[in-house]
Parts: sequence; structure tokens; C-alpha cells
Amino acid sequence: MILVEDKDIVVPGEVLAEGEYYAGRGTFKDDSKVCSALVGLVAIRDDKISVLPLQSKYIPKRGDVVIGKITEVRFSMWNVDINSPYSGILPASDVFGREKRDMNKAFAVGDILFMRVVDVDEVKKVKLGLKGRGLGKFRGGILVEITPTKVPRLIGKKGSMINMIKDHTKCEVVVGQNGLVWVKGKPEMERVVEKVIKTIEAEAHTSGLTDRVREMLNQLLGIEEAEAEKEEEEDFKEELIQ
Amino acid sequence: MERADGSAYLEFGDNKVLAAVYGPREFHIRRFLKPNMAVLRCRYNMAPFSVEDRKRPGPDRRSLEISKLTSEALSPAVFLEKFPRSSIDVFIEVLQAEGGTRCAGITAASVALADAGIPMRDMVVACAAGKSNGQVVMDLSEWEDKEGEADVPVAIMPRTGEITLLQMDGQLTKDEFEQALDLAKEGCMKISEEQKKAIKNRYGGD
Repeated sequence: MILVEDKDIVVPGEVLAEGEYYAGRGTFKDDSKVCSALVGLVAIRDDKISVLPLQSKYIPKRGDVVIGKITEVRFSMWNVDINSPYSGILPASDVFGREKRDMNKAFAVGDILFMRVVDVDEVKKVKLGLKGRGLGKFRGGILVEITPTKVPRLIGKKGSMINMIKDHTKCEVVVGQNGLVWVKGKPEMERVVEKVIKTIEAEAHTSGLTDRVREMLNQLLGIEEAEAEKEEEEDFKEELIQ
Repeated sequence: MERADGSAYLEFGDNKVLAAVYGPREFHIRRFLKPNMAVLRCRYNMAPFSVEDRKRPGPDRRSLEISKLTSEALSPAVFLEKFPRSSIDVFIEVLQAEGGTRCAGITAASVALADAGIPMRDMVVACAAGKSNGQVVMDLSEWEDKEGEADVPVAIMPRTGEITLLQMDGQLTKDEFEQALDLAKEGCMKISEEQKKAIKNRYGGD
């Protein structure tokens, strides 16, 4: 017997179902009861019940692509902050191969990297790697932080949301599974993207989001254009005065 | 609160309590670190202006005790084993005190934990009962606590009814104790409803 409906908001300890049901993510089984472990939205798939969290920390998983910041340069590896309770390590051999070179010249403290999680062991030691398409160091741009659980919403179905943002603002946008988003483009466009991403984060649990975001983008961009025109006019006037 | 992962503000009678949760985050103190689970650290602090006479700021024997007991009251409910080698930090600040701040602190802290998205078996809730003027009563005020015969703070996990904190200050007969315990549990159930409402309201309540 299922006691809740799809997309209900539940709190930890709330009984979701009694009887023969599978406990999915964000839930646990206590005798024959399936209970929620999180504050989140219920998702019912046949007889599997899970709870999608509204907020969480990023827990590294093998195969994820993440954005991280170098925090320390060691003898043969870099320590990387990946916005998670666990810091990652990037071995030097992954970058240089066999030969050794000056570590600081490759990546210094504070550099932003796009990496793949190569391995996570049982004590949550996170090994990172740079092998793959598009992985490596970012130059310029800004970082926007969102809750990792909202990353799928930001990307949208088959990238619909993220592609829409890219098309509208002509920015490069890279999303890490750990909730960090790197944006590069015109400075004012970067601001627009940041604003839009924050809106998506705040309203991720509501429906019809893609349309609202499109509206918001159009509106924001409309304002931007108008302001730019006004500035141009003012510049023109100033020139005339001079 | 903007900088905390989760937070809660509770007004419970004349008590005003603020709770903030940080984590799970990386833990640096080697000797406290546990390789197989997270460590739940609590800090209970009373503001100097929270009581009638100014309280000397800083940790003292009482707040240290409450910090430890809060951590022990919350730990059984949290899935600590999901975050090995990390720490979850809970900060409880009492802004105004009027009897039963430890219960208010625990109640607020569990809401903050839920807000931070930390997986839990249940939301711990606490309430006190006691004896004042020869009568067993629920949720003692400061005066009832000081002048009364006994104080029994209780924290439970409302779904299963498991007790995670049980203290007794003063003297009660066996019957009176049972009565006080039942009364405290009843209070916990009522507060638990409010806890759930508070969280659901935060997300629009739709």
C-alpha cells in the first residue's frame, strides 16, 4: 500500500509505503515499511519508491565529470577541491606520463580544472584523471555553484535546457556533476547566465520550468540590448558635447 | 542562513534558538576521524544576553554537557555510515532562554539537519516533563524548573518511539516518572508535527 503520491514533499522518517515495495534512493526499509531518509520529492516507478533530495552534497562516483580547484601542489600529485566532503587527487603521472616536470608550471594552486573521476575506493579516496574529450584547464570565465541534485534539471532532457541557455547567450557553459558550472562569454552575458542558473536552482522542483526560463532569458536579453543601445546613445551624445 | 548547509530557527514558548548545520564536510582532526562513518559534532552555546543575569560568554560545564548529549541524541537518527571520514557540525545558539533550552536545541537541530539534506532515519524531537508544586507537568518553565521537584528531558524518534535522550534531575516516584515520561512523549509528538510542517512550508507546501 502506497501512502504518498508521486512528487509529494516528504520529510525524513515519513512512512511512504507498507508491504512489498523496493526501497530506492533516498529511502530505507524498516521491517515492511519503506521510509524516507531525506527532505525531497517522491518518485514512484512501479513498485520501486525513491525520494529525490532537494539539497545534498556531492558524493563522488566513478565516471562522473567534475569541476575542481587545485588546493595544493604535492611532490607527485595535486590536491583538488571538488565541492564535496572528500577532496580529490590528480596524480602527476596522469599529466606527464613517465617523465617528470615542474608541477607548478602545469597547474598551480587556484586553477580550475574539468576532470573525470577515475576511481573512488571504500574510504572515499577520489582519484581524478584528465583523459577524455574536453577535459583540462579552464581559462577565464566564472564559476557558479548549485546543489548537485539539481544538475540534471539544469541540463534538461537531452541537454534541452543547457543548449537553450548556450544559444541565447552565446556563452560556453560546462556543467560538472558536482554542482559547479563554468561559464565563459561576454561579461554581461556571464551575469545573465548566472542569474538564470540560480533561478533554475531555486525552482527546480516545479514543473514547466523550461518555458519559464526561455521567457526569462528573452526578457533579460531584451533589457540588456535596450541598455546597450541607451549607453551607445549616451556615448554618442558625450562625443557631440566634446 | 546563507552560509550554512542547513539551518532552523525555533521559538518554543519564550525560548529562542538558532541551529545551523555544516557538512558533511572534510574532517581534518586525525584522532577524532572515523574511517567507516561520519562524526557528528555539536556545539551548544548560550548568548550572554539570553538569561536574566548576564551569562559569562564561552563554554562552561553545563553547555559542554548539553553539547555532548545533543550529539548523542541526534547520532542514532543520522545515517552516519554514508559519509565515512567526514564530519557533520551542528551549532546551536540560544538567543533567549526560558527553561527547556536543551530540548528546543535538539528539536531545532534536527530540522536544520533535514534542511541540510542529510539522510536520517527519523527526525529527532525533544520535550521535557517534570514535577512542580506536587504535580506532574509538561514542558517546564524556568521558574518551574528551578523551584520544582524534578525535570525529565526526553528526546525520541517519533516514528518508532525510540528514546535517544533521557535525563532526570530531582526525585520522582516510579509512578510519577512513568507519568512524566508519557507526558513528555505526548509533547514530542505534538512538536514533531510542527517540525514537519515547518520543513514542508519552506518548499512552498505544494
